[in-house]
Amino acid sequence: MSVLVFADNSEGKFKKTAYEMVSFGKQIAKKAETSLVVVAINASEVDSLSAYGPDKILSIDDDRLSTFNAQAYAACIAQAAEKESATIVAIDSSNDGLYLAPILSVKLNAGFASNVVDFPVSLDPFTVKRKAFSSKGFNFTEIHTAIKLLGLAKNSIGLIEENSSPEKESFSPTLDDQMFNVTSKSIDKTTGTVTIADADVVVSGGRGLKGPENWGMIEELADVLGAATACSKPVSDMGWRPHSEHVGQTGKPVTSNLYIAIGISGAIQHLAGVNSSKVKVVVNNDPEAPFFKAADYGIVGDAFEVIPELTNKLKEFKSTL
Amino acid sequence: MKILVCISHVPDTTSKINFSADNSQFDTTGVQFVINPYDEFVLTRAMWFKEKQGASVTVASVGTASVEPTLRKALAIGADDAIRIDAEPTDGLMVAKHLAEVVKSEGFDLVLAGKESIDYNGGMVPGMLAELLGYNFVNACIGLEINENNAEAVREIDGGKETLNCILPLVAAGQKGIVEEKDLRIPNMRGIMMARKKPLKIVAASEAQPSSTTAKYEKPAAKGACKLVDAGNIDELISLLHNEAKVI
Ligand SMILES: Cc1cc2nc3c(=O)[nH]c(=O)nc-3n(C[C@H](O)[C@H](O)[C@H](O)COP(=O)(O)OP(=O)(O)OC[C@H]3O[C@@H](n4cnc5c(N)ncnc54)[C@H](O)[C@@H]3O)c2cc1C
Repeated sequence: MSVLVFADNSEGKFKKTAYEMVSFGKQIAKKAETSLVVVAINASEVDSLSAYGPDKILSIDDDRLSTFNAQAYAACIAQAAEKESATIVAIDSSNDGLYLAPILSVKLNAGFASNVVDFPVSLDPFTVKRKAFSSKGFNFTEIHTAIKLLGLAKNSIGLIEENSSPEKESFSPTLDDQMFNVTSKSIDKTTGTVTIADADVVVSGGRGLKGPENWGMIEELADVLGAATACSKPVSDMGWRPHSEHVGQTGKPVTSNLYIAIGISGAIQHLAGVNSSKVKVVVNNDPEAPFFKAADYGIVGDAFEVIPELTNKLKEFKSTL
Repeated sequence: MKILVCISHVPDTTSKINFSADNSQFDTTGVQFVINPYDEFVLTRAMWFKEKQGASVTVASVGTASVEPTLRKALAIGADDAIRIDAEPTDGLMVAKHLAEVVKSEGFDLVLAGKESIDYNGGMVPGMLAELLGYNFVNACIGLEINENNAEAVREIDGGKETLNCILPLVAAGQKGIVEEKDLRIPNMRGIMMARKKPLKIVAASEAQPSSTTAKYEKPAAKGACKLVDAGNIDELISLLHNEAKVI
């Protein structure tokens, strides 16, 4: 018996999410009085995982896996789980994680709970708390299968340091050609900007900004904060901003530490996507805007006056740090 | 080409979410149910295939008689026929197993589904369905073209997009981008009249057992009041964010 987590990397380097996955797995393994095995694929810095407590690291190195492939990655994790007799398996909620998880669930015949926001509340019956109804509620799910698969929502537990000296092993799963039936033709990455999924701070603009030509001030504020930019749905529908920035029930969820909403009314569908953000700041000229009910801090004022001033003051503040 | 579009019947996006007094059940009082918004995008894409390159479009949902109005709406949008698998959906794997039975018995080349349903947000059914069937699978599609047996799909990745090639049969889970919002179809009178005469077949559910169940529900903790800062006092906001919230 063991707990197994998948630590995903991007071009060999682990992201914060990978360390969060290891932290998550370690705490569950301790509770279950068993060991934590981490699976890494084509990663160059596995030693950095040791700060979060793995007992064993299985490294898979295979050129065929240099580009993400959901089928093949699921097969790797499934075979690692079988080899290690894992009864609890956890993966992250990146786009890749969400792609491979359901495939993995069928391969392992494991009941799957996605959007898990905390450690299991009980191991027997195995019960986890997950987000549901687009963050308008939680659902405590009991998984009944022998193997349990968990998809951890990003930033749910953060990083928990715990040094270890893990056993390291290289592992070569059996991969057949059929697993590579879906092939990558091209990858198109927006470079140089922070993505909503990775950002600790998100600066978001709504229809109150009047037009795409006014986004310069949003970008400047984001720049000072090292933040990702986002928008409400009508803004992306009108083509002021790309679809990938649309936040909300039918757009992206935001799980950042700070979400700044500028000129966004706070419609229920928008709030559904930002409920999981820890601290929400709203700037709106309408004191009745529903967003004020959901926010932690608010300024009633004209964005065109408040934002440039906020940006300048933040620049000053940052320079004193 | 035979297309199946999986339809989930979900609370309207404006719904206030409440649970029964003992938190054991989702309270449907006063809740309107609609076609899951992500499913609406893929249904529209299916109509596009039907009109531009010829295809039959079947819609299917796992659910009790209560989902029939939602299936009729999909028929009014233009699907040719509908299948209801008669079971109360309890978890993603069970729904995927029921749908897999239908796909096996009717033989579809392309199965389209929304990337998640907005009630349980599982994001499980399309990938599970593909794996159960041994079909190719692409998640989070923001573009899909089919040429004979070849599919070119564009999926969202963290910080960008990826174009993928594969062959049919395929399960594709879609989202906004697979069609534009403005191209979504609203049923018209003629569609609604025609939908009444289109076949809606009810099939008995197989024995698939749920692999998970809901023990209870919980509402998010009530939030404290918003602290308002005067527009002339930006320094105070910065200080609150730094000292109190500790986020900058
Ligand atoms: C099925 C469905 C799904 C949806 N999904 C989503 C979703 O995922 N995400 C989403 O965002 N929406 C979604 N919506 C849309 C949602 O209902 C709202 O229409 C949308 O969130 C409103 O966007 P907004 O706040 O930018 O625009 P508006 O509602 O137009 O609000 C603009 C705000 O800006 C303020 N303002 C104007 N000028 C200024 C100024 N100079 N300074 C400061 N403030 C100013 C106004 O007071 C107002 O509050 C969905 C709707 C439906 C029907």
